[in-house]
Amino acid sequence: MMKTRQNKKFQIFIHIVMILLALVVILPFLLVFMSSVTDETTLIRNGYSFFPEKWSVQAYQYIIQNSNKIFRAYGITILVTIIGTSVNLLLSSLMAYPLTIKDLPHRRAITFFVFFTMLFNGGLVPTYLMYVNYFHIKNTIWALIIPGFLLSANNILLIRTYFANSIPDALLEAARIDGAKEIYIYLKIVLPLGKPILVTMGLFSGLAYWNDWTNGLYYLTGNKGQALYGIQNLLNQMITDIQYLASGNAVGNIGAELLKMPTISIRMAIAFIAMLPLFIIYPFLQKYFAEGIMLGAVKG
Amino acid sequence: MSKKKRLNSYKRFLPLYLMLLPGCIYFIINNYLPMLGIVIAFKRVNFSTGILASPFAGLDNFKFLFATKDAWIITRNTLLYNLGFIVVNTVVGIFIAILICEVRNKKAKKMYQSVILLPFLMSMVVLSYIVYALLSTENGLINNSILEPLGLSQISWYSNPKYWPFILVIVNCWKGVGYGCLIYIAGIIGIDPAFYEAARLDGASKWQEIKHITLPSLVPTIITLTLLSIGRIFYSDFGLFYQVPMNSGILQPTTNVIDTYVFRALLELGNVGMSSAAGVFQSVVGFLIVMLSNWSVRKLDKDKALF
Repeated sequence: MMKTRQNKKFQIFIHIVMILLALVVILPFLLVFMSSVTDETTLIRNGYSFFPEKWSVQAYQYIIQNSNKIFRAYGITILVTIIGTSVNLLLSSLMAYPLTIKDLPHRRAITFFVFFTMLFNGGLVPTYLMYVNYFHIKNTIWALIIPGFLLSANNILLIRTYFANSIPDALLEAARIDGAKEIYIYLKIVLPLGKPILVTMGLFSGLAYWNDWTNGLYYLTGNKGQALYGIQNLLNQMITDIQYLASGNAVGNIGAELLKMPTISIRMAIAFIAMLPLFIIYPFLQKYFAEGIMLGAVKG
Repeated sequence: MSKKKRLNSYKRFLPLYLMLLPGCIYFIINNYLPMLGIVIAFKRVNFSTGILASPFAGLDNFKFLFATKDAWIITRNTLLYNLGFIVVNTVVGIFIAILICEVRNKKAKKMYQSVILLPFLMSMVVLSYIVYALLSTENGLINNSILEPLGLSQISWYSNPKYWPFILVIVNCWKGVGYGCLIYIAGIIGIDPAFYEAARLDGASKWQEIKHITLPSLVPTIITLTLLSIGRIFYSDFGLFYQVPMNSGILQPTTNVIDTYVFRALLELGNVGMSSAAGVFQSVVGFLIVMLSNWSVRKLDKDKALF
């Protein structure tokens, strides 16, 4: 009797601590949202706050009215994420399947070739100089897709392990005896049976592309580069250079445009828009995120 | 006969090699060619003659680099921050994992777990906005809504290097703790419930259970995760050190790490010699540390080792 009462107290205590911790996680996000719907002059007077004295949706109105750059950036991020993730999954699974075949000559050497990229790398300087001077990737959409994120050795090896453990050898053997070609086996047996791992790895690859801003920082410069900015690079630029948005207006009078622009709230509005898709998909996909982390998946 | 056999095996394996080809080409371009590029650090790069034709400079680039105060600062910062991250994230991660595992209500348990992982999904750019909303001198929440009402004077966070070790450790923990937490939760779930039942029969308190069963059972997981993090101790999250402090020059004494130094030297100062020397320093020492940490993980738990 006394024990259960004590347990109940303990449970309440734990819930209180956990709710406090959950607030520590959630409140900063809420602050971004609240600031984005606060009136600009209130923000100038009171700063960012959870309890706006005066509400306003002018930041969002401004975004919709001057949507060209923002929607363009959003579109580029979506495009890069879709292309990058698809190619990543295709190349990863194409590599993982042959590496499961035990009598493939040089299998160990090829596995090591993949694995070694996790241990040693040339670093930013040679990578940058090579991509810029020999592949002429600067200020092209490829700069956002190719460097770094297209394949991850770690994730290839995780996919390989999954294929090897969960696709019965007997099934593959039977298909081979029936005269099935390897590419047919890959398409009709390996991919369908490997779906769970591919969804998980695809999620991590997609997240890496959605959140990446380093490739844009390295490889996009000047007006030509800015035209290719995704949402993260747009945000990155805005925080130091709020005039960037105004410069997109046809009217030459940048000063007057800036005065009308709710610069302080609009920053938070765009940050909120960049987070929104993640908030929406997270509840549905969090199982896969958790599984990926348990397996040791990494972003990119 | 043997020729025919070889031909047969060639026929059989060719499609598989073709499947491997695109990925291998990518690794050659993205990873192996830059590895050869570390030769740049030993050259005096002259862009007009091309990188390959530039004259060799021996160890000059490294001599210049280690003659600067920066070399010491970035090495110290990289190591100390990583150590701080490892300690804080491990302690906080285990604390939260134990709490979550004690929650009886299944739905609440799942919800707490999801919430803790949420910041892990966010980009460093978004995080830098959140930090800015809190710390900005003119508009920040802390200055305007906490320090001012308390009658304290405002702090200009973005021009005082001394606050940043704390800020960055907190930000890193806030973002990353969910990741380790999840792994510790799995570790706790894996503990044999018979231990706890026996302890309860002996009248052990919750604290005694945690101290004598949960924590000792987690030790292998803690050691493995720590050694794996130590393997990465010479690398840091570029975004955390570049974007969150807003690339501020004044903050560099406490926010500059090897990754940010290499970036700034290359793209902001155009100093290929210094940046490539720092990059090679990082690659080589990083490689040795990764080998060493993996060797230790392997001794403890073969399955957890990278190789």
